[in-house]
Amino acid sequence: MSLWPHKDLIGIQELEASEINTLLDTAAAFKQVGTREIKKVPALRGKTLVNFFVEPSTRTRTSFELAAYRLSADVINISTSTSSLTKGETLKDTAKNLEALHADIIVLRHSSAGAAKFLAERLEASVINAGDGSHEHPTQALLDAFTIRENLGAIAGLHIAIIGDILFSRVARSNIHLLLKLGARITLVGPSTLVPHYFKQMGCEITHDIDSILGEVDVVNLLRIQHERQRQEYFPSLGEYTSFFGLTKKRAEKLKPGCLIMHPGPINRGVEIDSDVADSDRSVILDQVTNGLATRMAVLYLCAGRSKTGE
Amino acid sequence: MSPSPTAIQVLDPQAIERALRRVAHEIIERNPDLEKIVLAGIPSRGVEIARRLCDTINSIGKVRPEIGIVDVSMHRDDIGRRKNISPVEVSHLPLNLEGATLILVDDVLFSGRTCRAAMDAIMSFGRPSRIQLAVLVDRGHRELPIRADYIAKNLPTSLNQRVYVRFQNTDGTPDSVWVEKE
Repeated sequence: MSLWPHKDLIGIQELEASEINTLLDTAAAFKQVGTREIKKVPALRGKTLVNFFVEPSTRTRTSFELAAYRLSADVINISTSTSSLTKGETLKDTAKNLEALHADIIVLRHSSAGAAKFLAERLEASVINAGDGSHEHPTQALLDAFTIRENLGAIAGLHIAIIGDILFSRVARSNIHLLLKLGARITLVGPSTLVPHYFKQMGCEITHDIDSILGEVDVVNLLRIQHERQRQEYFPSLGEYTSFFGLTKKRAEKLKPGCLIMHPGPINRGVEIDSDVADSDRSVILDQVTNGLATRMAVLYLCAGRSKTGE
Repeated sequence: MSPSPTAIQVLDPQAIERALRRVAHEIIERNPDLEKIVLAGIPSRGVEIARRLCDTINSIGKVRPEIGIVDVSMHRDDIGRRKNISPVEVSHLPLNLEGATLILVDDVLFSGRTCRAAMDAIMSFGRPSRIQLAVLVDRGHRELPIRADYIAKNLPTSLNQRVYVRFQNTDGTPDSVWVEKE
């Protein structure tokens, strides 16, 4: 039995609970590297990583880039504006060209669901999904789980609220798959337009009344309202969203002691979360960023260990 | 993975204890400044051996050396060549290694590549004044210019043999060392 049999990381849906735990344990070992005098290990020396971001991102791209540097890999960044996709080249051709340059790992962010899987099936290189449309964002879910585990010990048995734009959120989908696999109970919260009832089929509970669950949950994970994905109005105004679903100071007082406040960023201060709450000591939003680095190092390390390009 | 019925046992619990006791004496003899010693085990069985050496040194020399853990997986040079990735453990070493004598502890010394990776890992933590190597079994066949300072058991082997070390605490089977023809 292999601890980690995958060349690629496409989504959480395809992973076994044991594989998720292997990844989180490995991330803990890599987090320790950040505290050393020399914060760099030679594990991926001589490997080339391509950050291929067809959709804009600073946070995730920088995190992958730094993770690769810490592992001694070489990094090339390609974004929409610099890629030949704007000249009409297809995704597959661009990727084939990257592989012809002996790229070992391709980190892909794309606006279409399934883009990472498409490449993974056609390339020898490892493909890491850094977000594909509204489908999955596996490394975000893994770093969220790492942060919860680090603060609360275990994930099984916890009650976790995911609040906000669930419909358009790949972060929500990856988180739901992961947390359910590790035995948590999930309640989705938001306006009925953004939290459709078919999410119950995944095994989640749903409520449209945030105040009813604040006193019960161990973690609140707030999602950003994604202006860029909403082509029509899903709620009347941001102000109305805040008054019904924002984590205001008053609402934060109703949370259980020790309840974690999480947000994948970038946060809209004053919309889904009050500024004071985001900066309070219960907020682990910046820990999530630190842990993202360790988690991505673990992902790169484990997937590179399975790729065929090294042979 | 446990040694098969064809494996031959070369050390039993008593023999292991006697050999490690001798190694502890040698460590004390070679290091008059015992309080500067850090015993750094390579997971998982190296950590167990480091713990035992620490207890024995404490009972003989009345000084309890610090114990560390050095995981070597991220410092290896064979990623992608291995069939299976082994779990990466969290490394743990004293914050300040300046002036320390770090004794690296492992179960089996074979090619020397693990030891090379471990020295690399230690250097990323700091700069100990010296590094020594203690092993339970030296089975020969070095591929690098490395030798152990303390050897509990010299075990000449051929390349097609396998050496197994088992401990009650790490494997749940009685302390033992086995050799098997592949």
